[in-house]
Amino acid sequence: MAQLVIKGLQVSVEGESGAIEILRGVDLTINSGEVHAIMGPNGSGKSTLAYSIAGHPKYSVTEGSVTLDGVNVLEMSVDERAKAGLFLAMQYPVEVPGVSVSNFLRTAATALRGEAPKVRTWVGEVKEAMSKLSIEPTFSERSVNEGFSGGEKKRHEILQMELLKPKIAILDETDSGLDVDALRIVSEGVNRVKSEQNLGIMLITHYTRILRYIKPDFVHVFAGGKIVEEGGPELADRLEEKGYAQYAKA
Amino acid sequence: MSSVLPSNYLTPTGREEAWRFTPLKRIAGLHDPAVSVNDRISIELFGSARAGFNISTVKASELPAKSTTTDSIVQRLRSEVTEVVHLKIDNEAVINEPILLKRNVGNSGEFSRTVITAGAHSKASVIVENTGDGIIGEEIEIRVEAGANLTFITLQEWGPKAVHMGRHHAIIGRDANFKSITVTIGGSLVRLLPTVEYSDQGSSAELWGFYFATDGQHLEHRVFVDHGIPRAKSRVNYKGVLAGDGARTVWIGDVFIRQNAEGTDTYELNKNLLLSDGARADSVPNLEIETGEIVGAGHASTTGRFDDEQLFYLMSRGIPMNEARRLVIRGFFTEIIDKIGDEAIQERLMSKIDSQLETLGA
Repeated sequence: MAQLVIKGLQVSVEGESGAIEILRGVDLTINSGEVHAIMGPNGSGKSTLAYSIAGHPKYSVTEGSVTLDGVNVLEMSVDERAKAGLFLAMQYPVEVPGVSVSNFLRTAATALRGEAPKVRTWVGEVKEAMSKLSIEPTFSERSVNEGFSGGEKKRHEILQMELLKPKIAILDETDSGLDVDALRIVSEGVNRVKSEQNLGIMLITHYTRILRYIKPDFVHVFAGGKIVEEGGPELADRLEEKGYAQYAKA
Repeated sequence: MSSVLPSNYLTPTGREEAWRFTPLKRIAGLHDPAVSVNDRISIELFGSARAGFNISTVKASELPAKSTTTDSIVQRLRSEVTEVVHLKIDNEAVINEPILLKRNVGNSGEFSRTVITAGAHSKASVIVENTGDGIIGEEIEIRVEAGANLTFITLQEWGPKAVHMGRHHAIIGRDANFKSITVTIGGSLVRLLPTVEYSDQGSSAELWGFYFATDGQHLEHRVFVDHGIPRAKSRVNYKGVLAGDGARTVWIGDVFIRQNAEGTDTYELNKNLLLSDGARADSVPNLEIETGEIVGAGHASTTGRFDDEQLFYLMSRGIPMNEARRLVIRGFFTEIIDKIGDEAIQERLMSKIDSQLETLGA
């Protein structure tokens, strides 16, 4: 049982004329097996929340805390956070030319498991995970994310999640840019990992569409750098109907 | 032996376009007729003779250069060397294992000329491994005869004091394919002219290059592709990594499409990755076109710093910083090194680069 606890989190980025405050006190607790949907308009700080937890150097935490099973995440380097069990599926996965998918996955698995996975079982493991996500086998020889379509990039993120077995995953707009088929494949992948590994999920999205495939236990509305309303799945239905206008700042 | 007076070629002063990037003070008089340089041959075949080719030493007068050059060091060495090494690949020979030539110049100076002839319809690859800490001016003229396929690999694995001024010039015949891979990771000062001309139609050239410069090294590559006949193709792709204070690289990519070179198809690319603030990469692609009747002509050049987003992405998957950096840097140039097609050599080059990066903490 894992627990990610975010308390009073304030985050800023360095702008041209000094620091710009983006997160203004976020409180959120995610337990294993729970799906928390974070919904909000563009520019509300959803992605900043995701990147801050993963440790992107662009963001400075000025106040508050993030702990995973009681251990301070904010003091960890980026790779240590992954080793502790955090995973960020990015909205815009980065291209790494010249590094093959297979080399990347094996290197990451080796780092996370503390030893190189046994060749025979590993190859089978990767193959199976790829086929479940309808990823072509030739994919493993391509450079990481280079020349991938939007859907391929997102499936590749979920493939990593499936193989690297995190405790808590943050999915940053994993649904954006996906057609219905790709959305279904990706969602099935997320649900599979969740049920097999009792994964806790922070599902960041702009739209309610993905929530028809991945059922949230909690819905949090994000606006102006903090959570402004919380509820169950019914809150998503209300957002679908009324949009975010009601949360716009006066 | 022919004797040419110094006045027959001009001594560069550093103000010429071709020399403006080169630190002349460091080239140990190779360009200066007042300084004498040994006429010496240190290039030799590694391993025993095999079927399909022959290597011999002949009088320079019996094997004069076919190409013209304006490079004063090459002009000078042509006038001074008395003997030439000739590697001749038989017509229609298909040689699967690469022909390995090793050259260790030790600590001395040397002027040398080499000619490689790839006979008609032959298929082979030649590797020249350069080591030692000396001073060398050299020319390799590569004659790729009709229908031949030649891969020509030079590895500049010089010691830290070496000075290397070289011209590697290919003359490509009808329907012939020439592929060169130039790797420069050693030496104090290296200035190479990987150049190509076509003698007949339907010919193609691929020029790949990788250079890695650290503290105080000056590595210069001046590519020239002379499209002087119709329907020839060229692709140029050079990549460089610079790490450490005062690391310096120069890449010039000249492509000339002459008036009669209709149907030319050319593209050249140079990318540099700067890992330190004190490093400097010059990248100058030049495309001169005299005819509009071409298939394509383009070039691109980028010089950038290490991409922190790539580092973040890899680290967010649990890969430690040093390993992530190594993956990204290797990923940048592995495309070129992999062209060599010999895993032992590729691994040797990679580990040399890795260990230097580690020393520099880059």
